Amino acid sequence: MTTRGTGLQIGRRGLLAGAAGLSALSLLPGQLRAEDAPKRGGLLRMGIGGGSTTDDFDLRKLNDWVPVNQAYMVMNGLVEIDADNIARPELFESWEAGAGALEWVFKVRQGVTFHNGKTLTADDVVYSLNLHRGDSSSAARSVAAAFADVQKLSEHEVKITLASGNADLPYVLSDYHFLVVPAGFDDWANPIGTGPFIPESIEPGVRARFTRNPNYWKPGCANVDAVEVIVINDIAARTNALMSGQVQAINSLDFKTVDLLARNKTLQIVRSKGGQHYTFLMDCTQAPFTDVNLRQAVKYAVNREQLLQTALLGYGTLGNDHPIPVTDRFFNTELAQRAYDPEKAKFFLKQAGMDGLKLTLQSSDAAFPGAVDAAAIYRTAAAPAGIEVSIQREPADGYWDNVWMKAPFCMSYWGGRPTADQMLTIAYSSASAQNDTHWANADFDRLLGEARALLDDEKRREIYWELQRMIHDEGGAMIPMFGDYLDGVSKKVKGVTPHPMFNLMGARLAEKVWLDS
Amino acid sequence: MGKLIVQRLGLGVVTLALVSVLVFAGTELLPGDVAAAILGQNATPESLAALREQLGLNAGPVARYLGWAAGIVQGDLGVSLANRQPVGELLWPRFWNTMALAGYAAVIAVPLAVGLGIASAAFRGSLFDRVATLVALATVSLPEYFLGLLLILFVSVQYGLLPSLADTWSGMGLAAWLKATTLPMLVLVLVTVAQIMRMTRTTVLAVMDQPYIETAYLKGMRNGRVVLRHAAPNALAPIVNVVAFNLTYLIAGVVLVESIFNYNGLGRFMVDAVSKRDLPMVQAAAMVFAAVYVVLNLVADVAAIALNPRLRHPRAKEV
Repeated sequence: MTTRGTGLQIGRRGLLAGAAGLSALSLLPGQLRAEDAPKRGGLLRMGIGGGSTTDDFDLRKLNDWVPVNQAYMVMNGLVEIDADNIARPELFESWEAGAGALEWVFKVRQGVTFHNGKTLTADDVVYSLNLHRGDSSSAARSVAAAFADVQKLSEHEVKITLASGNADLPYVLSDYHFLVVPAGFDDWANPIGTGPFIPESIEPGVRARFTRNPNYWKPGCANVDAVEVIVINDIAARTNALMSGQVQAINSLDFKTVDLLARNKTLQIVRSKGGQHYTFLMDCTQAPFTDVNLRQAVKYAVNREQLLQTALLGYGTLGNDHPIPVTDRFFNTELAQRAYDPEKAKFFLKQAGMDGLKLTLQSSDAAFPGAVDAAAIYRTAAAPAGIEVSIQREPADGYWDNVWMKAPFCMSYWGGRPTADQMLTIAYSSASAQNDTHWANADFDRLLGEARALLDDEKRREIYWELQRMIHDEGGAMIPMFGDYLDGVSKKVKGVTPHPMFNLMGARLAEKVWLDS
Repeated sequence: MGKLIVQRLGLGVVTLALVSVLVFAGTELLPGDVAAAILGQNATPESLAALREQLGLNAGPVARYLGWAAGIVQGDLGVSLANRQPVGELLWPRFWNTMALAGYAAVIAVPLAVGLGIASAAFRGSLFDRVATLVALATVSLPEYFLGLLLILFVSVQYGLLPSLADTWSGMGLAAWLKATTLPMLVLVLVTVAQIMRMTRTTVLAVMDQPYIETAYLKGMRNGRVVLRHAAPNALAPIVNVVAFNLTYLIAGVVLVESIFNYNGLGRFMVDAVSKRDLPMVQAAAMVFAAVYVVLNLVADVAAIALNPRLRHPRAKEV
């Protein structure tokens, strides 16, 4: 859910093979041309983890990978985030912001039809946005609460008035909950959309089959004749299915086995840098973390490089105790990377008037796969700094309910967000219900609100840099690393690129790719 | 005998009622609630409260149990909390899938195991006896997931003979279905054969040591005829018991196998339901597992009674 991609990831093997001879290089342009042209036809089979028997297409409840990927097959969003993390028009063809980014007018794309033949109009857009507004159980309710008014201006124009200015509104609208269904639609088991594929059969949590939408509006997309999705929640079963050729693409590879998988010559490993990051959360309202010196001590007592190499096997980047990834356009490049420094940690302990510190770290693999191992690595690194960590292993079951946001010191993760503002708002503004370090800083809140309404990027950059520094120095989150999104895809599938938003090309792989005959 | 069977049936009903209380209480004790599980990390206090109200999670546990139990008695398994669909519609197709896989495994495993057991008994101490015992013990000692992964590695990934996913759908042909489910079937067969085989061998041998078998041999009967006509029928009751026990294992214990092969059965269904905190689905699945267990054991009991001449024809007052 965040930032810019890093360009096509060439597998290590591919890179070595490419270096093998110049003759291979001279062939490259021709090959590229042939590969660049999408081919029509074929059956794409995907094995996706993160689905359940009770899944449907209710846009208000989308939060697992199978329904999200399938929703993008059937429906379109209003705004699309491209591989470079830029908001691109989708069903909103263009937009214009009024002064202070308070009032926005969006043009609805014309000539788009739903699978049932109905033509897309502003009514459908207004209805789809209103699903998440007001008295709704939508997971996007807090995001949609910022829309003070959603109004149809004409058949193809929608005006959104915000409660307070937000220059990033198009990015906000790229949220996967804001997909478009026909006005009045509520049969969530049998979805209708404007998307690249039409559902043929759907067995929730098991398998589904979609056929090509012959009238699809987006050029160069919807290339395969049909897509089959097989729900495979078990990572080993998913990997086996890819290796035995039963499926051509799977999501969320296991960091521990990805190097072995990369040896398979028929597969490409798609490695996408994004904003997904892992956190050690200190509750700033609970002892002992009310003292900022102790928070600093904890942050200096972690060996980030070791953690990255061990827990993620290097498939990620170092974190600098703030949630903005290196690929974000507002990433603070002048903030020095915090390094492992037990002496400095001791210094901060002394500042707090302590010789040593005893902490209980509550951890579970629910926080992220390998979190318990990461806790153990932290314990070892923290000992020379005089911080004695005991690990309390919590059941994965109910972790978000019972531990997260409640324990004084626990582990967690954040998926990325498309903009710095969203990430900072959801996890660090004092008003957010998901401020999981309970850190409250009036200056931070004020600056954050200011930057949000600014349309001048340079001024915004200055503020976001300052906000990152504040979290880095004072915040309650120790953020040692960002993890890549890893997918495995057969080499027969062409047109696959890394994408900063989630696995499988921002959950839009089926729409974009084509099959080599 | 009729009275005995009625007694057993009555006990079965009582057991199920107790199980229902345990299942309901157990799911009540699970940490977290369904509203939090549905909304996940996106939950806010307002959206949680709205969803809880909408799902009727605010009533007391006793009232909810009574409502649920009354529904079950009438065959109504309730409605999924996550998507408001009737649980029965989701559950029964998967139940039959599990039964189909268990049936496929049983059709192969039971005759194979009983046959091997009788043959081992007949050729006690021979090379065949020893090899069969060794292989059976080796396979039963390996956990299912290990056996399953080994089979996938060699049969699917290396040689591409059979698919690693037991990917089935309604309306697929029998041949395709058999191909898709053969690997999970093999795992189930490998882990169940040993016990049935060893039990068959032991009981047949115990009967073979009886004086009347010796008489049969002394009469000049052949080994095969003695084993099949005289020894095996009298060893049947314990064999039926161990077979029934293994059948319940096939149905209730397939959770791991279903997950390894991604088979769309009741076990995977239950795992899904637990992770989503969809209590009506968890409860229904647990009740179905319990019912299968009770029913199969009941059948075993009744069969044992029916096959035991002493219980079939009780003598009047002899103790």
